Amino acid sequence: MYTYTDFDEAFVRERVAQFRGQVERRIDGSLTEDEFKPLRLMNGLYLQLHAYMLRVAVPYGTLNPTQMRKLADIADRWDKGYGHFTTRQNIQYNWPKLQDVPDMLEALADVGMHAIQTSGNTIRNVTADHFAGAAADEIEDPRAIAELLRQWSTDHPEFQFLPRKFKIAVTGAAHDRAVTKAHDIGLRMVRNDAGEAGFEVIVGGGLGRTPMVGKVLRNFLPKADLLPYCEAIVSVYNLLGRRDNKYKARIKITVHENGLEKIQELVEDRFATIRAGFSGHDQDLLAKIEAAFAPPAFVTKSIGGYEATRLANPAFRSWTDTNLAEHKANGYAIVSISIKKHGATPGDATSDQMRVMADLAETYGHGELRISHEQNVILPHVHKSDLAKVYAALRQVDLATANIGLASDIIACPGMDYCALATARSIPIAQEIATRFDELEIEHEIGQLKIKISGCINACGHHHVGHIGILGLDRAGVESYQITLGGDGTETTTIGERAGRGFSADEIVPAIERLVTGYLGLRRDADETFLQAYRRLGKQPFKSILYPAQDKANAA
Amino acid sequence: MSRTFIPKVVTANALLEGDAVWLTEADTWTRDIRDAELLTDEAHADLRLLEAQSRKAEIAGAYLVDAKQNSDGPAPTHFREEFRTRGPSNYPHGKQVELS
Repeated sequence: MYTYTDFDEAFVRERVAQFRGQVERRIDGSLTEDEFKPLRLMNGLYLQLHAYMLRVAVPYGTLNPTQMRKLADIADRWDKGYGHFTTRQNIQYNWPKLQDVPDMLEALADVGMHAIQTSGNTIRNVTADHFAGAAADEIEDPRAIAELLRQWSTDHPEFQFLPRKFKIAVTGAAHDRAVTKAHDIGLRMVRNDAGEAGFEVIVGGGLGRTPMVGKVLRNFLPKADLLPYCEAIVSVYNLLGRRDNKYKARIKITVHENGLEKIQELVEDRFATIRAGFSGHDQDLLAKIEAAFAPPAFVTKSIGGYEATRLANPAFRSWTDTNLAEHKANGYAIVSISIKKHGATPGDATSDQMRVMADLAETYGHGELRISHEQNVILPHVHKSDLAKVYAALRQVDLATANIGLASDIIACPGMDYCALATARSIPIAQEIATRFDELEIEHEIGQLKIKISGCINACGHHHVGHIGILGLDRAGVESYQITLGGDGTETTTIGERAGRGFSADEIVPAIERLVTGYLGLRRDADETFLQAYRRLGKQPFKSILYPAQDKANAA
Repeated sequence: MSRTFIPKVVTANALLEGDAVWLTEADTWTRDIRDAELLTDEAHADLRLLEAQSRKAEIAGAYLVDAKQNSDGPAPTHFREEFRTRGPSNYPHGKQVELS
């Protein structure tokens, strides 16, 4: 893993000192809120419904055990003993007090972390495939590139006042687990005809009020050109992007309004101009970063005990069936720890849970942890002979739920329980849906199903790309929930279609139950997932299930 | 025809804790909306908002919001404002435990 250089360390410490002064001046009244707001946002501090919220960057979702323990300590000392993992691989604290935030940032700096550019119209935390460096289907670990992008984008003088926020995601695998087509820039590692690794560059994807699937700007970009090419894209956007209307300011609208060809032309021109300025220093830096991301020393040992425990313990077997993914190294598995116990808040981990995960990573996981955009925690490198011990330790702290990829593995934004922008609550809906499917004991029969809930049109809960998406709205002073169907956030990204009229808070959970049990009757066989059935049959049969009375009225 | 003015309260977030507070008739900030000043006159409400906004070292983001008179004092009319009097629904945190 990458560790901070003296330069990184000095930069972060200086920012903490600056912010400490700014907070002092805000508290003594010499700064107004209008003056202070942009300063606090640059350091990830929001003011929400019930308290401040500090959003801490987890660069490309990677943490070491020391960092995870520090996150736990911060939760205990300055918050309410828990943290919320987000869909951008960050962690949010919901209850900090203004005067404590500089100390929290200082504590983060102690472990090479910060909250810089987790808000504002800048390049945000670069996200990556949460299985990076471990996935069997990967060309290369994309995190070296993500770290290079982090260093380049942090405090980049040209890009501190972009028309709007800017999000970059990167994956090194064929199967897209990083939702690259719903980002301002998506980078997918591919090989050219000569077998060299490079990137397919996708631009102009995004969710929010105008969801768009990203478009391919370049089929193959050599790795060495990545930084100047990204700089060219952001540079073109910085000048061309609209600043007259916040809702039309993201690059997806710039691409849509100007057309892909014009953007291509402008980016290639800009790239030609600035390319020579990148004289190789970035490549030297990249080589060093790549060395820091060298794979751990995988060991070879027997996995006989693992198979025996699987046979003997059905609960363990069920967990291994759902929560493991294929690892590139022989005898290893990728463990997804579900932060979605039925009825709990999606993405919330207590400080005790964080410490257990840190210990497990240290003892059995080559010292690595990942945060997934699906709000779970990953132990990317666990030998199969250690899985039973990992499972037993997770069970002790309520982290052994066997539901990864199933109906209760729901993405939910904080919604109106915390967020000042929300138009309805998301968390209670997620809690109720998960509890209901657990009662019915059918989620394993249902199989792969992605339910994603956003509490407003900004779509932090990725509802547009949920197989079933739920959007919470305020309809005449009442919480109302709109369903979208058929969304997909992988390499076959699709924006879900609106099913029809919204449902009240009381109606939404029964509606989802009706929809999912109805699908069981529609599918060709047990292997046909909800999404596959939807693609085969189209919206109508699902709509009839959702709105039975209306359907009858139409038939009459 | 002049439209009817819907009664309001002045609300904001406390500067240090960031939680919801409401302006009282005595020019203090309360964490219990029932102790807030219910503003029934539009001009007076606008004036009270200006006064609240000038107290920059105590609060952030003051605004006027609809409220109604209940037997025990002012109460919110919209669910968002109701949540602000209570706290989140997923944990016993915030005013729902701090006020009791």
